[in-house]
Formats: sequence, structure tokens, C-alpha cells
Amino acid sequence: MNSRETLKRVLKWISPYRLQVTVMIILAAVTVLTTLYAPILIGRGIDALVGKGEVSFGKLRTIVLELAALAAATALSQWAMSLLVNRITYQVVQDVRNRAFAHLQQLPFSYIDSRQPGDMISRISTDVDQFADGLLMGFTQLFTGVMTIVATLAFMLSINVKITLVVVVITPVSFLVADFIARRTFTMFRIQSETRGEMTSLVEEMVGNQKTVKAFGYEDRAYERFEKINERLKDCGVKATFFSSITNPSTRFVNGLVYTGVGIYGAFCAISGRISIGQLTSFLNYANQYTKPFNEISGVITELQNALASARRLFELMDEPAEPVDDEHALTLKEATGEVSFEHVGFSYRPDVPLIKDLNLSVRPGQRVAIVGPTGCGKTTLINLLMRFYDIQKGRLLISGYPIDQITRDSLRAGYGMVLQDTWLKSGTILENITYGKPGASREEAMEAARKVYAHSFIRRMKEGYDTVIGEDGGSLSQGQKQLLCIARVMLMDPAVLILDEATSSIDTMTEIRVQKAFEELMKGRTSFVVAHRLSTVRTADVILVMQKGDIVEIGTHQQLLDKGGFYANMYNSQFVR
Amino acid sequence: MKNLLKYLGNYKKEAVIGPLFKMLEAAFELLVPVVMARIIDVGIRNQDRPYIWRMCFLLIFFGVLGLCCSLTAQYFAAKAALGFSAELRSDLYRHINRFSYHELDRAGTAALVTRMTSDVNQVQNGVNLMLRLFLRSPFIVVGAVFMAFTISRKLTLIFIAAILLLSLVIFLIVRTTLPIYRRVQQILDTVVRRVRENYVGARVVRAFSRQQDEKKEFEETTGLLKKTQLLAGRISAMMNPLTYALVNGAIIWILLLGGGQVYSGSVTQGEMTALVNYMMQILLALVALANLIVTVTRALASAVRVNDVFAMEVTMTDEGNTVQKEKENSPRVAFKQVTFAYDHAKEPSLSDISFEAWPGETIGIIGGTGSGKTTLVSLISRFYDCQEGRVEVDGRDVRQYPFRQLRRKVAMVPQKAVLFAGTIRQNLMCGKEDATTEEMEKALKTAQALDFVREKPEGLDTAVAPGGKNFSGGQRQRLTIARALTADAPILILDDSSSALDFATDAALRRELRENTQGKTVFLVSQRVAAVQSADRILVLDDGHLAGQGSHSELLADCPVYREICLSQLSREEVTAYEQ
Repeated sequence: MNSRETLKRVLKWISPYRLQVTVMIILAAVTVLTTLYAPILIGRGIDALVGKGEVSFGKLRTIVLELAALAAATALSQWAMSLLVNRITYQVVQDVRNRAFAHLQQLPFSYIDSRQPGDMISRISTDVDQFADGLLMGFTQLFTGVMTIVATLAFMLSINVKITLVVVVITPVSFLVADFIARRTFTMFRIQSETRGEMTSLVEEMVGNQKTVKAFGYEDRAYERFEKINERLKDCGVKATFFSSITNPSTRFVNGLVYTGVGIYGAFCAISGRISIGQLTSFLNYANQYTKPFNEISGVITELQNALASARRLFELMDEPAEPVDDEHALTLKEATGEVSFEHVGFSYRPDVPLIKDLNLSVRPGQRVAIVGPTGCGKTTLINLLMRFYDIQKGRLLISGYPIDQITRDSLRAGYGMVLQDTWLKSGTILENITYGKPGASREEAMEAARKVYAHSFIRRMKEGYDTVIGEDGGSLSQGQKQLLCIARVMLMDPAVLILDEATSSIDTMTEIRVQKAFEELMKGRTSFVVAHRLSTVRTADVILVMQKGDIVEIGTHQQLLDKGGFYANMYNSQFVR
Repeated sequence: MKNLLKYLGNYKKEAVIGPLFKMLEAAFELLVPVVMARIIDVGIRNQDRPYIWRMCFLLIFFGVLGLCCSLTAQYFAAKAALGFSAELRSDLYRHINRFSYHELDRAGTAALVTRMTSDVNQVQNGVNLMLRLFLRSPFIVVGAVFMAFTISRKLTLIFIAAILLLSLVIFLIVRTTLPIYRRVQQILDTVVRRVRENYVGARVVRAFSRQQDEKKEFEETTGLLKKTQLLAGRISAMMNPLTYALVNGAIIWILLLGGGQVYSGSVTQGEMTALVNYMMQILLALVALANLIVTVTRALASAVRVNDVFAMEVTMTDEGNTVQKEKENSPRVAFKQVTFAYDHAKEPSLSDISFEAWPGETIGIIGGTGSGKTTLVSLISRFYDCQEGRVEVDGRDVRQYPFRQLRRKVAMVPQKAVLFAGTIRQNLMCGKEDATTEEMEKALKTAQALDFVREKPEGLDTAVAPGGKNFSGGQRQRLTIARALTADAPILILDDSSSALDFATDAALRRELRENTQGKTVFLVSQRVAAVQSADRILVLDDGHLAGQGSHSELLADCPVYREICLSQLSREEVTAYEQ
């Protein structure tokens, strides 16, 4: 996407606020013009005060009144403009954020699974801010800057052409100086930020793993490495800081030259009577003001570039194709029977790495299916397909007798209860979390569900009971307690089909037993698919699917498979190598 | 901030010269309007061209001097600020290096990384700005008033009134908006939290079809954000118009009052222009100051956070400890009624643990997560001090050893397989600085890592990226095992360190370990019965209590917790097979 295209799309985002933007531009113009007219009035005021006994008070009074009116107008239009800029900026920020978030809810899992959340977060938080701030505020600054330059030139020309020429001729020197310094500084900044990056990664490596560092007594060597970078960082930091900070004094010096030039030439003109003292004062004022926007504009342009870069990142996000919407004739599944059948199903995450090639399986209502196999064999993939987090690419997958893609996603998923290995809880109260799958459920229902899965007792012991607020990612809850809440959440939903990833490896023994009982309770009388990690589940399952490299290599009950002496029997026995 | 200013100590000269020259520069700038006034009053009025030329050269001369002063100031300020931050960072790191696990747990290593990097940078920016600009603005203001005073006493009153009003306006606006901006920041954090939550939990959100509700909640948050931002915006939007109106009001007043003074001859026309000029300079200086306040507030907040780290005292030291000789005929490691609780924990993580481990013994430690396995082994290296009882190594209390000597006795493979940036060789040498290539290769062989290291063209000198990211999880784990083996310490601790290995490699590793660690005391921490069942002795931990110790068959017979763990992992037949 090139800058012009980005800009076009940015304008489209802003277009609902066309009217407000127009008013803002008008106000900006008014502000600039009135601000610039003030020095002329002040100059006239000075002209009214020639010297001892030569003061025309009448003239002074009118000028002062004019000046007061002008200042009031400037202040008002400036104020109105700021309010408007804020309003548009924050409105656009909100629009874009909401839109990005809505898009996040529709992104396919192939996107979500392949990226870290950090990237999405920085786009929705930092990039949106940078885009709006940079673009709108930057644009206002740029606009007023250019306006100021043009108007100042016009005002100066209206007073005296030759003095204006003096100003125009000396100004480019200021550019050259600023440019010269910027070029030098750029290299030094690059070196500084590289060294700073080295520092950050060292600190992240060492302090971030301080426990390991201590275990090996590596502190001293880490400190040596640290000191070397620290020393370098200091040296290049001094240079970068110094060189970047000389821009201001240098351009100020050039401004001083402009000022002096105007002073000399203006003074001579005044002697010969071509301009008045007041006009000279106005000129000196302009000479000070005229160069300021030039210095600011270079900064504004970098900001605009950053804003465009951010906008581009936002568009990239918005352009990510969303999940296809439900077919308009899609069926709302009212009552799931728990029947599931795979017919010649094929699926892979990446076209070049085939995974599931030809999967056939038929599950009757109420059956308990255990799925076992080494990591990466496709156990989780099966869950992904059942929940329709991913679409099958070949064959048919029938749920309660209907093809999965002809059922609305919402009604399909309403028939499932899912408990995953990584327990996700929302920041909110315990009650909100339990009723997450059935909003509007009563407190009693939630407590009943919690009681059934042995979560009631620990919840009751918490400070605020069911109204205890848990932080992001469960906060102070133990892994086992989080798992129990997730199970309660599904229990309340009372689904026909269960999908469990029942890893309980990271739970202490007592809770583990409780979680296990909760699972048992949950599975009673339901069709369940269990990615099994414990042999007790596997042994009691109605069907065991042994998966390897995306295919079901063996299928049967525990005893049948052991008798067969195949892959399952091998895997089972390998746990007990001595 | 005050506590941190001591790091400017070595840069006193720079810290004084910087602001001093900055003020000199400001002084030259303050002279300009006066010179211009002379040009108008003397040069133009008397048509004295040579005088005008002289004055203009004077202006240029002032400009050059101002530039020189300013460059000097910037240089010294940069030097002082960067020197300050380098010393601060260095001292902070030394302080963190002395932290025991207690302090690391309390502060959190992620937070410490932020303190060392972005917070120190913020403070550095603050110091730099303070030295360069903070003094300049007040100086310009005071200087301008002084210059006005030399021109007309009566008109100076207008200046003072204007400055008071301007300062009041700026102060009030900054003070009202700062807390609102802080609230904006908090709401932004909520926005970030919601995005992360919905990204990480996308499966659950969609499984329960709650997308619409999540969207609604998010829109509520952004709506609140907009409202708060607008509130802050409404207040700060008053800053420029108000100050502008105030300054122009002051100028009008000066013109009116000045009119009388010019009429009576006590003030000249040129001086009037100078006064107007000073008024403008004051406005610019005060607005610059207001903008600085934001940066400085941020720096102060960072300084407070850095100070908090300094304020954390090191709770465990080895000061005064001398090298200990081992007691003969004593167990290599002994726990005597050890009870340990983490900071702020209600319940102890280990309660009343006693056991002995002799040279040549392999000790298995089993239990669920949170049962205290890792805690137990961290007490051996004295990463924490127990509150009750004692931990002994070679017959001496671990608290008697210098850290260096004690940690030489223990080689540890932590749960998290972390390698340091450098080469494989450098990593292996962590535990033993003078390790030979043969020793390293032997360790690699035992750790089942020699093959893949040999396959690399650079062999032992293969580069390791920070965190060891250029190796797979399994390779990293094997390298950390090799690192511990290279150290050749009498005590070897493997803390659940074969989780990323497949069954075959794991089995080979265990076999090799058994053969190559003769005479050492080995601790094997695991959740899996299969990993520990062949150990000489197994410690069974349940919720911090030692539920039993003994061999696999002994424990099966009389430790219910162990039996339960076995039953959950092995089949009933396998368990009973053992009993027979």
C-alpha cells in the first residue's frame, strides 16, 4: 500500500466529519490571521507614542480598543478550534478502535493462532493513538504553520518589499543549518538506539532470568558484559543528546541574524522616512515569528509520516480477511442429539504440510470418545474442526445429522461444552465467569452448577464469595481452581456434546482428584470427546482413537487395542520403561 | 528524585556549568530588546548611521556569545545527564545482582527489566531537561521583569501582575488536567486488557457465542475513554487562548499607561518596543515551562519506581561467612525439620521436612504442582532461607557458607531451560571456567546433546542467541543438562528437566545419567512416577508435607498419596503387579 492509497483511505475514515473539519480549517485560518494582525496594531500603537509631548491619546485609544477586540477574537477562535480538533480526534479514535475490535471478533483462527497478541494490542492501542494524534493534530499544525508563513509574507510585503526580501534571503540559512545538524544527528541517534537495544536485550536476558543467573553464579560475568555496554551507551548517548540539542540554539542564532538584518535595514529605512518606528517594530515581531513555523514543520512532517505508517498498520489489520459469514439458509440447530460423524474428512493448516487426510468416524449419542497420541498428531485439530474454529477442506462432517457448514455457528456451538487445557477466565466476578455461557442465569443456578463440580466450597471461602472480582487471567486463583470454574461454566450450559482437553498435570494432588470427579460428573450421559492425558479416562472410554500424524491409526476399546499389540500397546508400555 | 541525585555527584562540575551557561545565554537574549530600543531612540532619532552599525554588530556579537554559551550548556548538560544515568543503571544492576530469590519474587523480574531500561531512560530525560531548560524559563521571566524595572518602575507592576495571573492560569490548568490524564491512562490499560483477553480467549468467547456482548463492553470502555479525553481536552484547550488574551491585555495596559509616561518623557518610544518584546518573551518562557512539567512529572514517577527498587533491602547475605571444610561422615544434604513459607503466603510451602541424602544416592522427588518440589531443591543452594529447622550440606548449615562455595557444590538444571547469549562453549563454561573440550564433550554425550552439537559446522563454538532461541525446546533442555554436568559438582539437581524430550531420548538420558554420576548425589524432581520409580529413595510431597519417603515398592505398600499418584498414572494391574 503506498502513501497515496493510505491517505485516501484515511480521508474516508474522516469523511463523516467533513463539516467539522471544514469549520476547523476556517477557524485555524481566522486564528492565524488575527494573530498576525496584532503586531501591526501594536506597531501603530507605538507610532502613536513618538516622544515627550508627542503622544496622540485619541489615536491610541482607538488602537487599543481594536487590539482588545482582536485579541478576544483570536482567543475565541483558537479555543473553538482546539475543542473541535479534540472532538474530531477522539471520535475518530473511538470509531477506529471499535471497528478494529469488531474485526478481531471475526478474524479466523488461522490468523489468531499464528500471531502473538502483542501485535494486535499495539495496533489497537498505540497505532490508533498515533494515527489520530499525528494526523489531525499534525495536520492542524502543518496547516497553521504554512498559513502563518504565507500570511506573514503577505503582511510584511504590505509594509515594505525590501525588508521582506532581507528576511526571505536569510531564512534558508536556517534550513541549511537545521538540515546539516539533522543529518549528523540521525546517524548518532541510530547508533544510540542500537546500543540501547543491546542494553535492553542484555537486561532482559540477565535480569529476566536472574534466578538462573544466580544458580550458576553468573552475576559477575553478567555485570562485566553490562558495564561494557553501559559505557558505550553513555558515550554515544552524550553525542546523540548533544547534537540533537544544538538544533534549537543554532536556528535561534540564525533567527537572531534575521532579526539583526531587519534591524539594520529597517533602521536605515526609518531614517530616510520610508517606514515608521511602529512599522519597524511590527517587522521585528514578524522576523521572530516567521522562522518559527519553519522549525516546527520538519517535526510535524516526521509525525505525519509516523501517523501514516500507523494508519497503514491499521489498514493491514482491517484487510485481514474475516471468517466467512454463516450461509443465509443456514439452519438453527434447536436440539443437538450428540450424534457426530466424520466422512472422509481432510484438513491441513498449511497446504504444503498435509495433516488429516481421510478421517472416518461415527459417534452415537452418549458415547465417550478418548483421543490419544503423541504431540502434534492432530488431537487438538479434531477439536478445532468439531467447534468449527477451522473449516474442513475435504469430505463431510455431520452434526446431529446435518452438515456442519449448514448450521449457524452460534447454534452449533451452543450445543457444545468445551473445557480447554489453558483455562481462560474473564476479568470480572466469579459469578460472571460461571454464567459466561448462559448470560442471565440466576445466582442459584450458578451456585448449583458450582456445587455439582466441587467448586462451591472454595468459592464460598473467598472474600466476597461469588462476587469476588478476579483479575486478568484468573489472578490469584490456582490453576486447579481456574479449571474448576471452567468446568462449572460448562456445567451450567448443560450441553449435549462435551469437548475436553483434560490435562491436569499442573494441579496439586488433592485438587486434581476433585477436578477429575468434576469431569466425571460433567460427562454423565453426554457424548464426549476427550483429549486424554490420563490412563483412567482412556481405559473407561467407549472408543479410543489413536492418532498419529493426522490419521486415526487404531480404534477400539482399551482391551482390544492392548490385545492388538500395535502402536497403542507400545505407547502404553513405554510409560513404564525401567 | 532526591535520593537519586547523588548519582550526579561525579558530574558536579557539569551539573553546575550546564545551567550556568544556559542562564548566560538567556541573559544575552534579554539584552536584545534593549539594544533595539537604543537603535530606535538614539540611532534613528539622531540619524546616526555609524551608531546603528555599531549596535547591530553588538547584536551579532551577543548572538555569537549566546550560541557559544548555549552549546557549552547543552554539552555539559548532556554529559551530566548521561553520566548520571550510566551510574544509576550500573548501581541499580549491582543492587539487583545482590537480590536473593525473596526480593526477585517480590519485585518480579519483568518489572525489574522495566526499571533498568525505560524508567532509567525517563529519569535521564528528566535530568537532562532540568539542567537545560528548567532553570532557563524562570530566569527569563525574572530577567525580563528586571529589565522592565530598569526602564520604568511603574510599568513593572503590570509585568508582575501579568506573571502572577499567567502562572496561576497555567498552574490551575496543569493541576486539573494531570489527574484526568492519569485516568485516561488507566482506561487505556483497560482497553489493552480487553483486547488481550479477547485475543487469547477467542476460542472461549466464540464457543459461547459472546462476540456481540464483548463488542458492547469494549465500546463502553472506548466511550468512557472518549468522554474522559474530551474532558481533559476541554480544560487544556483553554491554555493557549487564556494566556494569549492575558498577554495582550497586559500589552494594552502597557500601551495605555506607557502613553502617559512617554508624554511626560520618562519613557522613550524605543523603550516601549522593548517592553512589548519582554512581555512576549515571558509568555513563551511560561508556556515552555508548562510543557516541561508533563515530562518532568513522568520522570518523577519513574524516579519513584526506581527508588522503590533501591529501597528493597537484601534479606539474605553471606557477609562474614568463611570457606567451610566438610564434616566427615555426614550426609551430603540433610534437611532437619525444615519449614518454609514464601513472603506474604498464608500457608507454608514446606512444613517440617526431614531427610538425608548420601553421596552416590539418587533421590526422586514427586508430587503435583504446588506441592513444594522446586521449593525444596532451591533451599539446598540457599536461594531462600528456611524459617524453621536447618538445611545442611556436607554437615554444615548452608547459612555458614559463602554463596560462591555453596553454589559450586550444586549444579542445577532449572525447570525453565535458559541459555545465555554467546557460544555453546561459553554456556557450558558457566559452571566451570576452566572446563576442557573433553570434559564438555563428555557432558554433552551424557546429556544426549553431542550429536546435534557435532552436526553444527561450528561445533562447540556455535553461537547461542539470547535465551537460546535458536535451539528447539528439547535441544535447549539437553544443553542446560550438559551445562550442569560440565560443572562436575558433587550435588546435581534436575528439576523436571526432561519434559520436552521424547520417550526414547528420555530413557537414554536417564540410563547415561545413572552411569556417569557415580559418587554424586542426584536429585530428580518430577511429576511422573516413571521418572522417579528407579531412584534409591523417593520423597513424596503433598501440599508441602512429606507424605512419605522410601523406595517405589515401600511407598506403594504404605504411602496412600504415592499409591494414588501411581494409580492415576499406571493401571491397577501394573500397580498391583509391583506389590506382588
